[in-house]
Amino acid sequence: MERTKRFLGFVLSFPGIIWLTLFFLLPTTIIVVYSFMTPGPYGGAYLPFTLKYYKMMITNQGFWILFMRTVVISVISTGICLALALPVAYYIATSKYKNFLLSLVIIPFWTNFLVRIFGWLVILGNNGLINRVLMYLHIIDKPVSLMYNQWSVILVIVYMYLPYMILPLYSSIEKFDFHLLEAAMDLGASRTKTIFSVLLPSIKGGISAGIVLVLIPVLGSYAIPDLVGGKDGAMLGNLIARQLTTARNWPLSSAISMIFLLISTVGLLVYLKFGEVRNRRNRVIYEDYIKEETNKIG
Amino acid sequence: MAEISIELRNVTKIFDGDFVAVNNVNLSIEKGEFFSLLGPSGCGKTTILRMISGLEEPTKGEVILNGRVINDLPPNKREVNTVFQNYALFPHLTVFENIAFSLRIKRKSEAEIKKKVMDMIDLMRLNGHENKKPSQLSGGQKQRVAIARALVNEPSVLLLDEPLAALDAKLRQHMLIELDNIHDEVGITFIYVTHDQSEALSISDHLAVMNEGKIIQVGTPVQVYESPANLFVANFIGETNFIQGIVEKVEGNYILLKTEKLGEIWCYRDFEVKIGEKINVSIRPEKLKITIEKPSEEVLKNSFVNVFKGIVSERIYLGTHSNYIVSIDQGYQMKVYRQHIRYLLDENIIDWNDEVYVWWFADDSYLIKD
Repeated sequence: MERTKRFLGFVLSFPGIIWLTLFFLLPTTIIVVYSFMTPGPYGGAYLPFTLKYYKMMITNQGFWILFMRTVVISVISTGICLALALPVAYYIATSKYKNFLLSLVIIPFWTNFLVRIFGWLVILGNNGLINRVLMYLHIIDKPVSLMYNQWSVILVIVYMYLPYMILPLYSSIEKFDFHLLEAAMDLGASRTKTIFSVLLPSIKGGISAGIVLVLIPVLGSYAIPDLVGGKDGAMLGNLIARQLTTARNWPLSSAISMIFLLISTVGLLVYLKFGEVRNRRNRVIYEDYIKEETNKIG
Repeated sequence: MAEISIELRNVTKIFDGDFVAVNNVNLSIEKGEFFSLLGPSGCGKTTILRMISGLEEPTKGEVILNGRVINDLPPNKREVNTVFQNYALFPHLTVFENIAFSLRIKRKSEAEIKKKVMDMIDLMRLNGHENKKPSQLSGGQKQRVAIARALVNEPSVLLLDEPLAALDAKLRQHMLIELDNIHDEVGITFIYVTHDQSEALSISDHLAVMNEGKIIQVGTPVQVYESPANLFVANFIGETNFIQGIVEKVEGNYILLKTEKLGEIWCYRDFEVKIGEKINVSIRPEKLKITIEKPSEEVLKNSFVNVFKGIVSERIYLGTHSNYIVSIDQGYQMKVYRQHIRYLLDENIIDWNDEVYVWWFADDSYLIKD
């Protein structure tokens, strides 16, 4: 019985395994191999194997500036998302109209990602909404450049990824037992203290899920910095694309991708470490307890 | 008179502008007593508890703790701690840290925390579970952690909100005894909310019976059981036979009641009544006697006794006793409990369709105003 179940599980997981092997493991391996090869004149990667492009990347000051900027933008955006999403998720989870509010959070997904970025061009551009209003009110007399810097990138990233933070936070707050806050207050904790010592630790799982869901894709942002970032707001994703297309240096773009994989993996490992603590709950050994209690009763 | 621990003066709680959860309640609870609030669900007993703990604010009236009005004091400033119905243990903290929670908030020294928490763990017999998370504990253990967590703070009043509701019957009985021992040991006021009359009767010094936001009766368990203030109390606590009638005659301490269901019956005169007054009498089933033979002439001559003939229409054997329903000849269905104080054989149990006498002494009934 147990064996048939295991076998069935293996068979059922087969399509998924094949899928992942074909479209994830294999391409990743190809990128790893490419990163050690030599570029051809029109792209592609050829022998001999070399460490040249790793060296080129590591010794290039421009790369490190972009790398640091990518990490800083991602961490700040994720932090802002978390700070904004917590009260929203709390409010939705405790509201009478939670289904309605939740659908409001999800509705933006119905609109194309790129269209929504272009929307920001209309708002932030030199002839955009903000500049026009400010000029109309005579606060400024010529357009101010609101775009093409790191802050516009952070702004749009936060706008795009906020729902990905709200949803996991919502689902863990929704499962949270609010009696715990009353219990904490009853035991002498102030309101602020109850949030930090009871609510946040209890929804740790949701917080780390939200961080992973936002941080990892944001690290690999390409479209947002490309459209609203310009030169000052470019991130590693843009560098990879440029090396792949304009410069036709496939090995170099592969080497940069590998760095990415490295940061993402480290991020994920940190997350798993968090998750492990959460899942280490042992099963209740109820039978033992019943036995013990029955002995006491006699 | 003993010192008063908690007093409620004209306390009313209205939710959402129109739902009156607690209606003009006055209550005073003495220091160190085990006091129960008993009533059906939704009667306002938990709301009273929450107003004492500060989690709800009274709409009107005053909550007084140790002689001081505490209406405006937030829950974290009150010398009151609660054992919540669903325990409300912090899932991310170990048993030790759960119990230490309030001490850490008060920024006690590490040595003091350790000592107090370990004392509590000893008292609650939780030794060996200090480093477990609540999810690893059984219901009874969680219960004890919840009590330890509330008591470690040395409150002057401990509030318990249906603490045993989630436990199975046997464990509940066991925890009830344990609670009583803990109360004796710590000596502070316990206020215990329950809808289970047997819990309230067995453990309380005094109890208040509530219904629809009002306190109907306050008294010792014996007072409340034997002398219920009205039909609701008599019905809610234990079972009883109600008979309505009109006072026909008064003879010393006894009255003759003329009833529709049973004709004339003698009752003890528990309070002043007028001839012609409409009144109810409650006769508890365990105070009735059920016999195949007619009671002896001696019994009948020397006391005010009511005797009726009937046929057993229902019998439930419960080991220690049997519950009967007897169809009295006049048509009334009477509940009777019979204790099996002697060794019982199948052939001499009073059975279905047996013709029986149901009788009781007039002293054993209790009058209830209409």
